[in-house]
Parts: sequence; C-alpha cells; structure tokens
Amino acid sequence: MIEVVNLTIQQGDFSITNVGFTVPEGTYGVLMGSTGSGKTSILEAICGLRPIVSGRILLTSVDVSHAKSADRNIGYVPQEGVLFQKMTVRQHLAFALKIRKWDNHQIQQRIDELAELLGIGHLLHRRPKRLSGGERQRVALGRALSFKPDVLLLDEPLCSLDDEVRHQMCNLLKYVQQDQGTTSLHVTHNTSEAVRLADYLFRLVEGKVVEFSPLTESHEGEETSFNRLEKE
Amino acid sequence: MTDNLNGPNDVRTDYSARSTSTPPIQRRKVGSDFPFFTIFLVLSFSYLLLIISLLVADAAFTSLQDIGRAFESKEIRYSFMLSMGSCTLSSAISLLIAIPIGYLMSRFNFTGKNLIDGILDIPIVLPPLVIGLSLLILFQTGFGRSLDKTFSLIVDKIGLNSLLQMIGVKPIRGITYELPSVILAQFSVACAFAVRTMRVTFDQISERFESVALTLGCRRDQAFRYVVLPEAIPGIITAGTLAWARSLGEFGPILVFSGATRMKTEVLPTTVFLELSIGDVEAAVAVSMIMVVAAFLVLGLTRVFGLRTNTI
Repeated sequence: MIEVVNLTIQQGDFSITNVGFTVPEGTYGVLMGSTGSGKTSILEAICGLRPIVSGRILLTSVDVSHAKSADRNIGYVPQEGVLFQKMTVRQHLAFALKIRKWDNHQIQQRIDELAELLGIGHLLHRRPKRLSGGERQRVALGRALSFKPDVLLLDEPLCSLDDEVRHQMCNLLKYVQQDQGTTSLHVTHNTSEAVRLADYLFRLVEGKVVEFSPLTESHEGEETSFNRLEKE
Repeated sequence: MTDNLNGPNDVRTDYSARSTSTPPIQRRKVGSDFPFFTIFLVLSFSYLLLIISLLVADAAFTSLQDIGRAFESKEIRYSFMLSMGSCTLSSAISLLIAIPIGYLMSRFNFTGKNLIDGILDIPIVLPPLVIGLSLLILFQTGFGRSLDKTFSLIVDKIGLNSLLQMIGVKPIRGITYELPSVILAQFSVACAFAVRTMRVTFDQISERFESVALTLGCRRDQAFRYVVLPEAIPGIITAGTLAWARSLGEFGPILVFSGATRMKTEVLPTTVFLELSIGDVEAAVAVSMIMVVAAFLVLGLTRVFGLRTNTI
C-alpha cells in the first residue's frame, strides 16, 4: 500500500501543499497531471529523492517519510529508463541483488525469471546503446523489479515510445503487476495510458489530488470517471 | 465572374485580385557566403600553420642521431626518467584530489561555492614563477617547516631512501630543493586543470544515474563507485593526461622551488634551459623533441580514450 498524507513539497518558487492519496495493496494507481503540475515531484518524494517539508509517506504501512531511498525497498522506473551506459542488461538485472549480497545462484535464478517475464532473454549481453526505446524500458522495469520491491514507482515510463510499443508496454506493465502483485504508482500525462492501466486514478489539479476511483468498466451511455477524463 | 471559375472560395482568384491593387513583391537576392568562409578559413589556417611550422622547424633542426646523442648523457637520461616518474606521480595525486573536488562542486550547491570555485582557478591564472615562489615561502613558515619535518620522518619510517638508493637516486632530506618539491610544484598547477576537467565530466553525467542507484539500495559511496565512476572514465583519462602534460611542461615553479641541480631535481624543461644556457642548442632542441613526442602521445591517448568534448 502507498499512502501519501498531507504531503508538502517545496522547491524554489514551486510548491505542492497538503496532497494526499492512497493506492491500496496490490493495485495499480495512476497519478495524472499536466506538465509542471508536480506529479514527478510527488513520485520523487515517495522515492526519497526529494526532501519533504511536512506530511507523511507510508509504504506497506511503514512511515518512510524521512528514510533514505535505499531503505524504502522501492522499485523506481524513471523517464527514459536511465540505464547505466557501461553495464550490460544482465548486469542491470543483477545490480540491486549484488548490492544486497545475494549469492550467485540466486542472482542467476532471478535474472532468468525476469528475462522470461519481460521477454529480454536475448538482450542479456547487450549494453543500453544497442537497445530500442521499448527494450530500454523493459530493462529498466526488470532492474526495478529485480529485488522484489514492496512498491513499484514509474515516472512517465512510456512517454518516449511510439504508439505500438506503448500499447505493448501497457499490456506488459499490467501483466507484470498482476503476476508480481506489486503495488504500483504510475505517473503520466497520457489519458489513454491511464485508462488502460489504472485500478485507481488520481489527478493533480491546481496542487490538489482529485481521485477517480475505483474505476468501473464503462457501460454504454454511462458517465464514468474514465469517460469524464477522456472528455477533458 | 469569368475570373472566378472555381467558386467564391478559390484562393487563386483572391491572389490575382490582390496583385492588381498592391505593388509587386521585390525578389531579394541573398549575397554569397564566400567572403565569410574565406575570412574564417584564412584566420583558422594561419594559427594552424604557426603550430605546424614550429614543429617542422624543431624536427628540421634536430635528427634521430641528435636525440640518441642526447640520451648518451647520463644527466639527460636522469632528467628524462625523473620527468616521466614525477609527472606520473603528480598526475596520479592530481586525480586523487580532483575526483572528489570535481564531484562535490558538480553535485552540491552551498554558501561560498563561487568563492571556492575562484580559489580553485588561482593556480591556472597565477604566473608559474609566482607559484614556485609562493611554495618556497610557504615551506619557510612554521607550518611549512613542520610539514617538511613530518615528511622526513615518514620517509625514514617507511624506508623510502634505501629504496631510492637501490635505483640510484639520491636520498631525500625534506621537501624543498629535493625530489618531492618537483612533484609538489607540478601537482600545484596540474591539479587545477584536473579539477576543472573532472567537474565538467561530472556535470555531463546526469544525477539521475545516482538517483536510480540510490533507489536500488546503494549508499552514496556505492552509487559513486559502481555507477558514476565507470561513466566518468573518459573524463578521468582526459584529466589524468592533461595533468601529466601540464606537469611535463612545468618549469618556472620547479626552477624556483626545487632548483636546477643536475642528477637531483633536473627535469626535461630544466635540461632545455641548462643546455641553452651553456650554448648547446642541438641538445636543447633534441630534448625539446622528446617532450614534443611525449606530448603527442598524451594528446593521442586523450583523443582516443578521453572525453569527446573540450573541457578547458
């Protein structure tokens, strides 16, 4: 579960005050907002990469508001992947496990699992330079999931992908989330992406989080959260 | 009606109507780019020509025999070995200092950062002789003398002198006018260049790499060691080679702070100076050519393995 309670973030002239929302255990939450609305700042605060002024952040009911990133047990998929240029895909998948001192056998087993789950078995020896946009995001997802984090945080992970790859990645993200059961929060400004993925949908409007949840399937003629969102 | 065959929305009709009421547009002819490129190319090539002419003149003045003859002198062999050794050591120490300074200056904002930035540039802008003189004065102060004393004690304790004697180098008795002064004089200037290069290097490496590494469970030092440092290797090579090349050319500070004692603190630039002062121009040019070749090797190394962009 991801709980954000009365969170206030300040950076220079920009601030977000008293925002709050909850993504229940094992579900997929999507936080939407226009460019510059502060959705990435909120995600970074949850990651522990941005200091908070006040409020609380709880992950699996543990208050991590002032914990180090490394102690939060979160999987983070940043915009455009941010893969380490000198590492192969295999090294990316093994990185967090080596930091956690897993033994070689366990690491190999986990790499095999992830490679199969994400369809990147044939890419294990490649470096990021030789990967396509979609492949990079798969590797970034694998790296984030490798150590079985409590929550998965995705910052516009599909923004640089073309429509076809975006569609494939949406399916993959949903499949992976259901397969692994990891509570996820996905930040995006893309409505169709949000509609496809969200169990719980939040929108950041003028510094306030508005919740459209729980989302139900749209019946003919029925005004749902999704319909309203798409109209906007 | 006959001029509007395609109905009222036909744009062609509108244009033709407008052309009768407004004066025709004068077509402007853009002039040639030839003068621009000519001037820029002439200016660029004039400097390039100067550099090449210098090298050709040196090469024409000397020969392989002259260089070979220069190497027959045990003083020149010593100065060559001292230059290679001291440059390597001073560039290694420069890197050791420049990497943390470059990283901290690149990643963090703090009060007084601009002032520190300015201080770090002082060795670049100060005349080399002044640096040598400042070093000499520093080691005459109480602080400098105690440093000198402590250093001598450490040298005795680790038995460095017996090691130096084994390779035919005179024992060290302190810093000033001794071998360590050569390395310190070279380091004082070379490190400033290495710091600048390392700062640019870290500026070019996105902080997002570290952010991701932190979320993956790394401490700061692990994020630096496993993620940032491998990305910084081209910059480290550039900084190291630049520091090495600066050290090789260092003359003023060494002359003032270390003296020009043959078989003791004589490095290649000192050799050129000493040979010139006794009128042996052939030997001076031969030694210069050795330095030119060394500089070329270093430049080549930087171009192949170092940063693709200029940092200084």
